[in-house]
Amino acid sequence: MSVGEPRVSPLGTSALLFDPPGETSLETQRRIWALAREAERWPELREAVPGVNNLLLTLERPPARLEPLVDRLLAAWRAVEPLPLGGRVFELAVRYGGEEGPHLADVVAHTRLSVEEIVARHTAPLYPVFAIGSHPGYCYLGGMDPRLSTPRRKVPVVSIPAGSVSIGGGQTGVSASAGPSGWNTIGRTEMVFFDPSLDPPIRVRPGDAIRFRVERVRPPIRLDGGRP
Amino acid sequence: MIEILETGGLASVQDLGRFAAFRWGLGTAGVMDPPALRAANLLLGNPEGAAAIEIQLFPFAVRFEADLDFALTGADCAATLDGAPLLPWSAGSARAGQLLRLDLPRDGARAGCRACLGLRGGIDVPIVLGSRSTQLRGSVGGFEGRHLRPGDRLPVGPEPEAPTLRASIVPPALALPLEVDGLPAVRALPAAEHDAFTAASGAAFWNEPWRITPQSDRYGYRLAGPVLEPETPLELRSHGIVPGVVQVPHGGQPIVQMRDGQPSGGYPKIATVIEADLWRLGQMPIGTRFRFLEVDWEEALAATAELESWLVRLRRVTSLLRARRIG
Repeated sequence: MSVGEPRVSPLGTSALLFDPPGETSLETQRRIWALAREAERWPELREAVPGVNNLLLTLERPPARLEPLVDRLLAAWRAVEPLPLGGRVFELAVRYGGEEGPHLADVVAHTRLSVEEIVARHTAPLYPVFAIGSHPGYCYLGGMDPRLSTPRRKVPVVSIPAGSVSIGGGQTGVSASAGPSGWNTIGRTEMVFFDPSLDPPIRVRPGDAIRFRVERVRPPIRLDGGRP
Repeated sequence: MIEILETGGLASVQDLGRFAAFRWGLGTAGVMDPPALRAANLLLGNPEGAAAIEIQLFPFAVRFEADLDFALTGADCAATLDGAPLLPWSAGSARAGQLLRLDLPRDGARAGCRACLGLRGGIDVPIVLGSRSTQLRGSVGGFEGRHLRPGDRLPVGPEPEAPTLRASIVPPALALPLEVDGLPAVRALPAAEHDAFTAASGAAFWNEPWRITPQSDRYGYRLAGPVLEPETPLELRSHGIVPGVVQVPHGGQPIVQMRDGQPSGGYPKIATVIEADLWRLGQMPIGTRFRFLEVDWEEALAATAELESWLVRLRRVTSLLRARRIG
């Protein structure tokens, strides 16, 4: 595989994953949005769904040979012009730590930063919405301070509540509904991201941006509920 | 209308799935055994994708509020109508007031674990974002976006023109058996990170049996077997995934994504069970030991064609029977 050429791999017989190399960047994401817009018009594809610097392509039916579709994707990738950001900004107030941020202690332990430093670094950026995924209305955000990176949990948590603000690897996000998660929950906010009665059913879209603001900070708890 | 009288829980309204809502963060949902749904609907004269009830815990019982034909496919659950035994993979007619009961699936290598109850006219819940399937996270589709409870009353759609057929169908588990070394098997394609695992882990994945642990459901099957280790720890960027993807979290025990699974992942993917074999996994009970069988793209297409030809034969037979007015 030559450096710079995206990798296209089958996900069984029902989808392909398009995965360009390199560090995660907004520039690459803007090209991913453009490629998605182009590819979702192709009749052999059901959907072209951006992930974080990658693209899921679901197939109407598995083609006899993959190579022509792969070649077409690579050619389109070379030709696309990056799409601009949508420009809408959503500001979310976060209650950091305490019972609502049960894994803040793990982020402290891994990053060796103080709680104040973590909160300051987490509220500083304007986070572009890279992609929708994980669960209905959930936004994958770019732009997290790499110093906050914390590995996903060895064993996923059975359920974390809607509004949970969490860190997984080099990414951060907000749960749009209660459910299982492998990420580290550091706080909570209030926001309705998904409403099936709306058209489209999501409120925040790729190309929009989110900013976090401190509502309050509580000391981290240990998972057994005690104070460290 | 039918009324749910008794359920062990986790029964839900499903059709073939929601296939164009990944963009909003919804997975496919849909039945775990699509051939069973199609077969039930073909017997009833419904469109193949009409919504039905998927039942995975027993006993389960419903009462018919009006005369209505029904079909039972999937796991053979010793079903009875007012106490009279019913044949699996066939249709029946209920009178108003009659009680249909399903008990624990019978034992046996190909017994299955999920039953499909189809109703003539299909279950008439609203189509939401392209499907009637129940999407639990976000409470979308199905019956109020949730599992069925005793007392729920489900409406059926208008009767189709084609008559119900009094035939029994040979289930695909018998028509299309697949075993490796005496264990049930599913075919899978290597996925993007397959070669990032150690050679020993790659070999173990394909050559060792895997046990379906009790932490397995419509979201995903957590498997127990040899510990799978990547050459170096991998943190991937989040990306879309589909049912069948086999992810390996840091603990080294794989998880197969199933129909209620989330549409994105970030753990390394060692393989993906092909769509044509997902029903096999969907019918394997907890505790089953099974094997992954590695295939290439051509073999995966051949498996897809094999299932499709089973379906084509079924369509041909049902339309022939109707043409002869045996129905």
